[in-house]
Amino acid sequence: MRIPGLNVQWKPLAGEVPAALAGAGEWQWTEAARLAREGGGRLVALWGADRRDLAEDADAYAVYAAYAVRDGLAVVELLVPDTAPAYPDLSGIFPAANRMQRALFDLLGLAATGAADTRPWLRHGAWPEGAYPLRRDFDASGLPANALTDYAFVRVEGDGVHEIPVGPIHAGIIEPGHFRFSVVGEKVLRLEERLGYVHKGIDKRFESFTVAEGYRLAGRVSGDSTVAFAWAYAQAAESLLGVHPPKRARWMRALLLERERVANHLGDLGALGNDAALAFALAQFMRLKEDWLRLSGEAFGHRLLMDCVVPGGVAADLSPAHAERMVTQANAVEAEVRELRTIFDEHAGLQDRFLTTGCVTPELARRLGLAGLAARASGQSSDLRADFPAAPYGELAVRKAYHPAGDVVARVHVRFEELFESLRLVRAVVMGAPDGELRVDLPQARPGAFGVGWVEGWRGEAFVALEAGEGGRIRRCHAHDPSWQNWPLLEHAVIGNIVPDFPLVNKSFNLSYSGQDC
Amino acid sequence: MIRILRQIARTGIVSETPPEAEEAFRTRAPEIQAEVLRLLGRALAIRQVDAGSCNGCELEIHALNNPYYNLEGLGIRFVASPRHADMLLVTGPVAKNMEHALRIAYEATPDPKLVVAVGDCGRDGGIFGESYASCGRVSNVIPVDVAVPGCPPPPLAILQGILTAVTARTDDR
Repeated sequence: MRIPGLNVQWKPLAGEVPAALAGAGEWQWTEAARLAREGGGRLVALWGADRRDLAEDADAYAVYAAYAVRDGLAVVELLVPDTAPAYPDLSGIFPAANRMQRALFDLLGLAATGAADTRPWLRHGAWPEGAYPLRRDFDASGLPANALTDYAFVRVEGDGVHEIPVGPIHAGIIEPGHFRFSVVGEKVLRLEERLGYVHKGIDKRFESFTVAEGYRLAGRVSGDSTVAFAWAYAQAAESLLGVHPPKRARWMRALLLERERVANHLGDLGALGNDAALAFALAQFMRLKEDWLRLSGEAFGHRLLMDCVVPGGVAADLSPAHAERMVTQANAVEAEVRELRTIFDEHAGLQDRFLTTGCVTPELARRLGLAGLAARASGQSSDLRADFPAAPYGELAVRKAYHPAGDVVARVHVRFEELFESLRLVRAVVMGAPDGELRVDLPQARPGAFGVGWVEGWRGEAFVALEAGEGGRIRRCHAHDPSWQNWPLLEHAVIGNIVPDFPLVNKSFNLSYSGQDC
Repeated sequence: MIRILRQIARTGIVSETPPEAEEAFRTRAPEIQAEVLRLLGRALAIRQVDAGSCNGCELEIHALNNPYYNLEGLGIRFVASPRHADMLLVTGPVAKNMEHALRIAYEATPDPKLVVAVGDCGRDGGIFGESYASCGRVSNVIPVDVAVPGCPPPPLAILQGILTAVTARTDDR
């Protein structure tokens, strides 16, 4: 949780996540990124806050960068004066910072000095240039009419090059976003994404909740990762409140998280088969997923497990009868998925579509900072459940999935492996969960208290930073989806592939639009 | 191939009986004549539009396409273009950044057309409400015939909402 070689005062943060916070000067801000990079670290998130109203930081904003380092999470804070609202660019060191910095400018008006790309990212025209929603003096009442703005896509020129614009509304049941393909014949020369269409102002919305209530909104940053985000939020809240969830609650959280992982992997494997024209796979996997969701709904009261993880513990318990059915179901699903995997492996047409398609090499994954499931399919080895195990993962010894190829085959392989591992974990948690309390009472948050949460969801690392304000309210909450890191890599993965393979490549990543845009 | 056939045979038919329409989901009186609704109800083309959801509703709409609900058996299918659609199935509070796209999709859908708003967000703005970035409920942007509550509503409720939209009101029959 410390960046070796960086001369700052680290203040450890309480709670489940091994994390520390340090204030830095402008020079140290860049130095922290450089040293983190040299030590093999990753940029997890970058965000900012308006602190001009606080006596101790009068007339200042703060920018934060969270890095995954060898022994945990290192959060660096830089105060930025109101007179010159800018901070040094990090995208030269961590390319993933590019879009996060552009979003930070759109929402808070802090500029990254030296950044090559300063186009708006989340601001499409719903609020005017020069208005910044996350500033505390922002007034939403007097906004001019929603006006669409042009976006400067990078043009590819040459003989026979043409553009295919796709979206924001896509031809399927998918979230909205715009893709601009530059192609020659069938071959993709370049893909440029424009996202932000489902920006709902979640960071700002958090300010209307108390620390105890915010978990519901966190659970809707990306609906498919509701458990991951609610748990990350709960970690952040517990960190700043100094409370510890009971042991049984921790085990229930792991059960919920693994059930979420299984449900998403089942759905993705079916959809991947379908995108390669094996409709049989979609029907079979979606049937298994439906069985899975129904039992989740019966046992915990919500098919997608929303609002089950709360600060201080969990809101739902597992009855002995449901526990028994979960073990039986995990066994049954495992047997069926093993059969379906054999069918996948032996299906020449399917393998032909999967092999070498949408490749992200391990070198590229490392350089650009690919995260989560996709990173493990590109030869990277991080999985928070194994690297920094929050209880009960330490006792469960999670086995990481791994594949070095970085193509669709690799991402399918990692999904199968993680599915089987999660089924093992579901059984282990159901059978090993201790009896006891489900949640503890929460004290009121102290103004200025700060905490973080960091959970390995099915897609990758869900991160939440939380700061309390007066009267137990949320002063600032930032939720970060791993899709921020992975969307730019999709642009690389599709280069040289044919246009009809794009849906397959896209599905193999299955990134969240809502989580990125939030 | 033999493995695929064996798996299909072993699985059998899992389809379940469809639900009844639910009058409580209706937000305005049907504007389409009962005879036309009956025709639409037998062959309905739906264009789904995510106007700002958290993607939870999309997961449940996907689930509606699984074999348990046998949607195509009811004559309902999802299409790729609003120009081919009889119904827009809209999720989310309408993000300001999606407001324009939603209006265009609505205008591109030929008359007679129906709109079903799915989920608490589509029905009343949900947890996101109205803000600098969100227009709130779908009916703030386009006319809505039926709104299905839930966060997200389970597949059966979404199916009820769709069936309600293509059913004439009981007192109109």
